[in-house]
Amino acid sequence: MDFILNGKQQQVGICDANLTLLDYLRGDAAMKGTKEGCASGDCGACTVLLAAPGQPPRAINACITPLGSAANKQVWTVEALTGDGALHPVQQALVDCNGSQCGFCTPGFVMALTALYANSQRCGLQQLDRDSVTDAISGNLCRCTGYRPIVEAGTKMLQIAPAAPTLVQKPASLQPLSTNSMQPQLSDGEHSFFQPATEAELQQLLALYPQAALVAGATDLGLELTQRHRQFAQLISVGAIPSMARFEWQDDQLLIGAALPYTDLESRTHELSIPLKRLLHRLGSRQIRNQGTIGGNIANGSPIADMPPVLLAWDADIEIVDSSGKRTWHPLSSVYLGYRLTIVQAGQYIARIRIRRAALERPHRFYKVSKRFEDDISAVLGAFSLELAGGRLGAVRLAFGGVAATPVRATATEALLTGSTLSDALIASACDTLKNELKPISDVRASSAYRSEMAANTLQRALLELGSGLELEVHHYPAGNEAALYV
Amino acid sequence: MRKLIDSTAAAPPLFRSVGDSVKHESAARHVAGTAIYIDDMPLTARHLHVAIGITSIAAGRIKLIDVSAVRTMPGVVDVIVQADIPGKIDIAPVFDGDPLFAGSTVLFHGQALFAVAATSFAAAQRAVAQVKVEYEPLPGQQSVALAAEAQDFVVPPHIISRGDVAAAFTSAPHTISGHIEIHGQEHFYLEGQISEAMPAEEGGVVVLSSSQHPAELQKLIAEVLDVPMHKVVVEVRRMGGGFGGKETQAAMPACIAALFARRTGRPVRCRLPRKTDMLVTGKRHPFSSDYSAAFDAEGRILGAELVLAADCGCSADLSMGIVDRAVQHADNAYYMPNVAIRGLPCRTNKVSNTAFRGFGAPQGMLTTEAMMDDIARAVGRDPLDVRLLNLYGPGRATTPYGQEIEDHVLPDLLAQLAASADYRKRRAAIATSNADSPVMRKGLALTPVKFGISFTTTHLNQAGAQVAIYTDGSIHLNHGGTEMGQGLFIKVAQVVASAFGVDVSQVMVSATRTDKVPNTSPTAASAGSDLNGMAALDACNKIKAGLIDFACSTYDCAAADVHFTEGQVRAGSLTFAFADFIKQAYLGRVPLFSSGFYRTPKIWYDRKRGEGRPFFYFANGAACAEVTVSALTGEYRIDRVDILHDVGTSLNPDIDIGQIEGGFVQGMGWLTTEEMSWNADGVITSNSPANYKIPTSADVPAAFNVALFQRPNGEDSIHRSKAVGEPPLMLANSVWCALRDACSSFAGYRMNPVLKAPATPEQVYWAVQQAKAFAASGKLQ
Repeated sequence: MDFILNGKQQQVGICDANLTLLDYLRGDAAMKGTKEGCASGDCGACTVLLAAPGQPPRAINACITPLGSAANKQVWTVEALTGDGALHPVQQALVDCNGSQCGFCTPGFVMALTALYANSQRCGLQQLDRDSVTDAISGNLCRCTGYRPIVEAGTKMLQIAPAAPTLVQKPASLQPLSTNSMQPQLSDGEHSFFQPATEAELQQLLALYPQAALVAGATDLGLELTQRHRQFAQLISVGAIPSMARFEWQDDQLLIGAALPYTDLESRTHELSIPLKRLLHRLGSRQIRNQGTIGGNIANGSPIADMPPVLLAWDADIEIVDSSGKRTWHPLSSVYLGYRLTIVQAGQYIARIRIRRAALERPHRFYKVSKRFEDDISAVLGAFSLELAGGRLGAVRLAFGGVAATPVRATATEALLTGSTLSDALIASACDTLKNELKPISDVRASSAYRSEMAANTLQRALLELGSGLELEVHHYPAGNEAALYV
Repeated sequence: MRKLIDSTAAAPPLFRSVGDSVKHESAARHVAGTAIYIDDMPLTARHLHVAIGITSIAAGRIKLIDVSAVRTMPGVVDVIVQADIPGKIDIAPVFDGDPLFAGSTVLFHGQALFAVAATSFAAAQRAVAQVKVEYEPLPGQQSVALAAEAQDFVVPPHIISRGDVAAAFTSAPHTISGHIEIHGQEHFYLEGQISEAMPAEEGGVVVLSSSQHPAELQKLIAEVLDVPMHKVVVEVRRMGGGFGGKETQAAMPACIAALFARRTGRPVRCRLPRKTDMLVTGKRHPFSSDYSAAFDAEGRILGAELVLAADCGCSADLSMGIVDRAVQHADNAYYMPNVAIRGLPCRTNKVSNTAFRGFGAPQGMLTTEAMMDDIARAVGRDPLDVRLLNLYGPGRATTPYGQEIEDHVLPDLLAQLAASADYRKRRAAIATSNADSPVMRKGLALTPVKFGISFTTTHLNQAGAQVAIYTDGSIHLNHGGTEMGQGLFIKVAQVVASAFGVDVSQVMVSATRTDKVPNTSPTAASAGSDLNGMAALDACNKIKAGLIDFACSTYDCAAADVHFTEGQVRAGSLTFAFADFIKQAYLGRVPLFSSGFYRTPKIWYDRKRGEGRPFFYFANGAACAEVTVSALTGEYRIDRVDILHDVGTSLNPDIDIGQIEGGFVQGMGWLTTEEMSWNADGVITSNSPANYKIPTSADVPAAFNVALFQRPNGEDSIHRSKAVGEPPLMLANSVWCALRDACSSFAGYRMNPVLKAPATPEQVYWAVQQAKAFAASGKLQ
């Protein structure tokens, strides 16, 4: 495969397709500035920038990104920033503000802030506020500084004039790169990475390799590589297929490509749905949202995925395509079969998600309860779509994550609420019904008792907010549209 | 040297030395990605990589370890089990109990069982899974309470008492009692444990390690390899974070790397993957504490009794010192005339818990802060007033272990913080706003910290340094302390620069090495700059004595007329550039290098009697935290934190502020989102950053005001500064107290909800439920 690394075209020859970008950088490329802190996409020490042709640079976790995902793209590491010994403004700001102590996380912060810096410049921003900075570094852990000086550096970096145009500011000209997308981008003969350019190619590859693992953002699959040391015979990326990354309205239906990264979705939620915008802020770090996709969130079948409850509350459908190209739409509520098990078969893929405009226009609330505000997995996620007119509830959808082996709807409680008049007594009775209906388990994230209470109390909160117009929000959410910077 | 360096560089325009906010010595390299950590060192084709196999049960017998399938995996070069260790098997720091590899007995889930060396990291990781082990599981102890009941201790309990506690409780108008469960904490240094060993002549090794205690590694490696200590060199340039987690816990990877290097004759790198690191290394001790207090109508403590049961895990490690420090800090800042404090070092079948910033003091202090709040609510007073009333002061200045508080910093410091944080006005405003708010409630707390500075193991309070001046006037400094990000290297460099009156850029600090400064103590107990700064100053003074003699005899002036200042040396009426003077001194055959040594004065401790002066001095601070809690979910936000902290006369204000902010946020994580958890089988379930959540930047309060309290150290410490590494962590007690304050508001501040630490949203929710149930029934449920 070919890609551009710090402005220079790089060719990778025979290579295990399961190699991560981080291991390539620290190994063959001998660039040790990018660190491994966790190898699971949680700490950001491995943050580098990745840009598809014509796209702005985005911060990603190199540790869980298969090297093949960088094919035909540009990658920048911390080594790109210091030309002629002069520090990049991001680096200078961090030094000025005492933003490093042990320094191990620092290159990751530098790169996360460099994405913000480059895109702020591109968008003509003069000033950065705290929210934009914390958003940019939401996937970077620092154990020494307490972050205050790093955030300060982020808010001051635009005021520092660069000593020289940096590589990130001057995109390298792309040479014609490898074009035969039916050939593996990477292979050692036993393990191959494919990056089809169209759905037709994807279908052909799936016909050849029905057992292949599909890769979108790799934010979950990457853990199979780094934590379980799995070696897939074939990895097929859906990340370079334009038809799977669209966001489009067809009449009164919103169609979202399964491989559309969250950041792209998020940049549209400003007008679409504030509850969704807030939820996406907490779905994962900026690095994860730059890579992760709704399709992946559904396909891995996880009971604690954050998007499925939202889509259940919105009566969304998913489009499943097989290797012959046959397309069928399924209500998401019929997709889950059991713990990490869906109706999507080997050789099939999820192409699009469909949401009706009417669902988006109904009042809805999404609440995530987790130990940490940012980048944490939900203990409970409650997604509620509630129609209220003249004190009476109309159509009601109550969906939850983290309370069963799959994302679920609480249909008995839905039935109780539908058509009823909103009152304190109704809320109490709905909460009781819900507690009987859901039987969550205890694990590292929460006890079953707390989960049960949270399912009921998030419903209570939604009904209280709907009835009163008040917001019972304890968290501070950024008010701006931070994601738009990266799009 | 035949010919000296020709040109003398122009003197720098700046003379940054002690007291200046000089940047961290590696700041520019950190941001450029050019600061080298061990895993960044070049790899050769000869290098081997290690993976460690661990036990999968928490207690029992090992009937069989079969590594034959491991040996045949691709890339595997060597496999070792306990029987392959040529020397001593135990790598415990103080009391035996930590075998490098398990033999026949399993002490905890995650105990090292064997190790494999292979040609790549991935090959080693894949191979290690191929082991076959047969166990005979036995019932293990997972409960600290049951271990305390059974008096199953890793070292004898520590008891400090004074006066007649029983009589105080009988005669006092009021008493309260309570219980607090305090979880442990994972260090989560960003750079995991790592060592690299290179074989040397005569069976020796050179080991690079990410360790806070190279001298101990040297000794343990020598014992494991069965060679004299002089055959082992350990070097530490920098750590990617330590926090106590690399004080004893660096020994395992270092010893394993050394063993493989000896056996294979190849360089060996042993790096623990994050999950392995989180399973096999010790954490902060969980504590289960009981407290009771007797007090008067104003809330003045007449008697107090505390039992601090520590979950030490399977062995002693450093638990004696940790439990001692918990006991010695359970008074925190408060005078307790009649008092009994018992520290119980309980044994359980868990990984052996270890040093972590604060070293037991945080758990002791948090217990007492919970008690102070309970007293305040019992007498219906503002908790701050009860805290102020009970502070040490003149005439009430003797700690339970008999050390006199000589310098009363906290009364002034607390008054200043209460004013700058506008505590009284905010307390009143919160009382009003809470009364009108059924779901969202605010909490507020202002809590002090008094932290004793010195190793409680007296002999560790010693340090050495080497200072060399080269003939161009540049200075090389080496000392026994290690750099883990805390800024020790720059602080000691500033001390040396000050001593010679040169800019700090003229001083270069190099890696800590056991063959440069021997027999060093760990960089721990916040004492790094106190000890090593003094040792370096001693070396400087020895060199200077020779230089002054030389100046007096050569330039015919009195010693009092020789000055080292602003890059120059003045000898009577003559002035030389520092480098020129050094050249002359070299030609005059004056020694330009020296070692230096320091031992902390005044300190002693009799553990049997629980008496002495264990601490040279106390570092102080206070924090005021305001939080908002949702009764519906227990979720909360930390709105504002104000900190005032005592660092004496700061050696480097920016570095000190960094320690204060970083320590506070780390403590905040311990008390809020960082929840260590084990399942019933003794398996750590919080085993990755996906399920163990340290704070992110969004968790830091938007209003975060940190200031230094300006007063020189009353003791003759290095330039009258104070240690700053650990004390700020306990400033976060204010956050926990503020959360509990908000919970208690649901009962009109008439009851004390039980709030586990960390106060996760779930724990806050349950505490709110208790308060609401009390408010509804008027009774404790």
